Amino acid sequence: MAVKAESIAKRYFRKTGGANYFYAVKPLTLEIEAGEVAVLTGRSGSGKTTLLNILSGLLAPTEGKVWIDSTDLYSLDDKSLSRLRGERIGVVPQGRSAIDTLTVLENILLPAKLYGRPLPVEAASRWMERLDIANLRDARPAELSGGELRRMAIVRALAQSPDFLFADEPTGDLDDENTNLVLSAFRDYAHEQKKAVFVVTHENDALQYADHIYKMDGGQIM
Amino acid sequence: MTMKHFSLSLKNLLRKPGRTVTLALLTAFLALAVFGGSVVVLSLRSGLNSLEARLGADIILVPSEAQSKVSFQNMFLQGTTGAFYMDAAVLDKALEVEGVEKAAPQTFLASLKADCCSIKIQVIGIDPEKDFTVQPWIARSLTRELGDMDVAVGCKVEAGMGEIIRIYEQRCKVVARLEATGTGLDTAVYCNMNTMNALLAAAEEKGVSHKIESGDAVISAVYVKVKDGCDIDAVNNRLNSHIRKVAAVRTRSMITGVSDSLAGVSRTVTLLIAAVWALAFIILLLAFALIIRERAREFDVLRLVGASRGMLSRMVLLESSLCGLLGGLIGVGLAALLLFPFAQLIESALKLPYLMPDVGKALLLAAGTILLSVAVAALSSVVAAYRLSRIDPGTALREGN
Repeated sequence: MAVKAESIAKRYFRKTGGANYFYAVKPLTLEIEAGEVAVLTGRSGSGKTTLLNILSGLLAPTEGKVWIDSTDLYSLDDKSLSRLRGERIGVVPQGRSAIDTLTVLENILLPAKLYGRPLPVEAASRWMERLDIANLRDARPAELSGGELRRMAIVRALAQSPDFLFADEPTGDLDDENTNLVLSAFRDYAHEQKKAVFVVTHENDALQYADHIYKMDGGQIM
Repeated sequence: MTMKHFSLSLKNLLRKPGRTVTLALLTAFLALAVFGGSVVVLSLRSGLNSLEARLGADIILVPSEAQSKVSFQNMFLQGTTGAFYMDAAVLDKALEVEGVEKAAPQTFLASLKADCCSIKIQVIGIDPEKDFTVQPWIARSLTRELGDMDVAVGCKVEAGMGEIIRIYEQRCKVVARLEATGTGLDTAVYCNMNTMNALLAAAEEKGVSHKIESGDAVISAVYVKVKDGCDIDAVNNRLNSHIRKVAAVRTRSMITGVSDSLAGVSRTVTLLIAAVWALAFIILLLAFALIIRERAREFDVLRLVGASRGMLSRMVLLESSLCGLLGGLIGVGLAALLLFPFAQLIESALKLPYLMPDVGKALLLAAGTILLSVAVAALSSVVAAYRLSRIDPGTALREGN
């Protein structure tokens, strides 16, 4: 079980120098295997988030293919791709990603609810306990701090037991203690449940939890 | 759209009550105009049809002096009281005219707002044997003929079945209540000619004169039915030339006046509805565009966790439809609260026959209006839903950040 990027690139139309476009991600090939934590670091604007979005099925590349096992992700129509994302891929995006009209627990169970799958209440409770937000299950997102919201998004991704977990700066809003809680949770998830975890981060702390470390600069993996 | 999406949409609506109520009120405005306007126009049309049916004659003969038609028409349209008399022999003269199939007399008497009378009303005496205009209506509520000192009352006369009302000190028993016609005839009381003669005599004693030069037997109007195939205008002209001091009036000329007024009111109401429609639609279109923009992050999150474009579009359409449904219910409810209890007030303000639709028709109209509100709300969110469905989740997340 793996996600494989084959000569993928993302080009945007923007006048840059003499060209009418620029590459956010330059052609690259990458494979993330089940049972490992891959950490991608790099400066702001180096293309990390774009790469994560392409790998997680959120943003189609302008070149190349992304394979999830034997499925060419971007050959799927929107309905099939969305279903696959909902069932096999978990994403923790940057910034706020809560629906304000739902409680914390409802937000966490939302992916399963969308497709009528059995609600992973037990897994949700376990991960909430582990990331220390169990007392917030009935709270509304507006009542949560940035760090709590971040952990809610992480639990939402983990509770679905996705085969591939993508996290974009997951510890950006967290203190050291919570950073370690989250990163160790990712490591255990990958190692114990044999899932693939891909983390984009600035934090050096994350490197010690990584099985593979990638560094990105100017849209290229160094 | 499945139950899980429905419950998510419902939660969104319930937990953002301000937004939901604002959208619902915009639609309610539309529903109020459509339902209210339609009920008014429908009531006026029913009133006109009812008046036409109730008059039931092609021509009405009245004394020339009553041809100050305004007061004559007002008796039918607005229920003002009044009386005028002519020789009862006019009936026989009318029957002699070529083309007349049948003719029936009516005698009018206005009661007083005084001690001698329970209420101030228009009393109309009919000859049950000859009458072909009022009798069919009375027959719907009374299986026998009106007896002496019996009266049948219009639906707006405040007297119950079996009640005794006094008219010029004469005690009359209410034996039938007539169905609503939406015309001035709803405020009248009907009796047979024997009763009318007794009432005329009693009125005479009270100083209300109805005497005419030619004799004692008086009537107020003769209702004429023209033979099939005969030219009504020609018969009307013959009646006018054949009978002196009498004016023959085509009932259609009365109806035409009302019909013209109705067309004017209908046009105004239709224009008003169209204006409200256009305005409400544009406002809803803008409101949904703004709301979708405000909720962009929420939709990005839904895409992130696996919602497809179609799912989001359906969710937006469902939410707008639910707002439309709520708005439709509020609008129809408000219109019903304004129109039904104040029907009489509206009728007197319009000065036109006004017959409210029955429950079945009103419910059908209400259902149609609510359906329309749902459709308009859904339609006005289509553009927003479409634009939303075109956004790539990865791009949206980047922009959101």
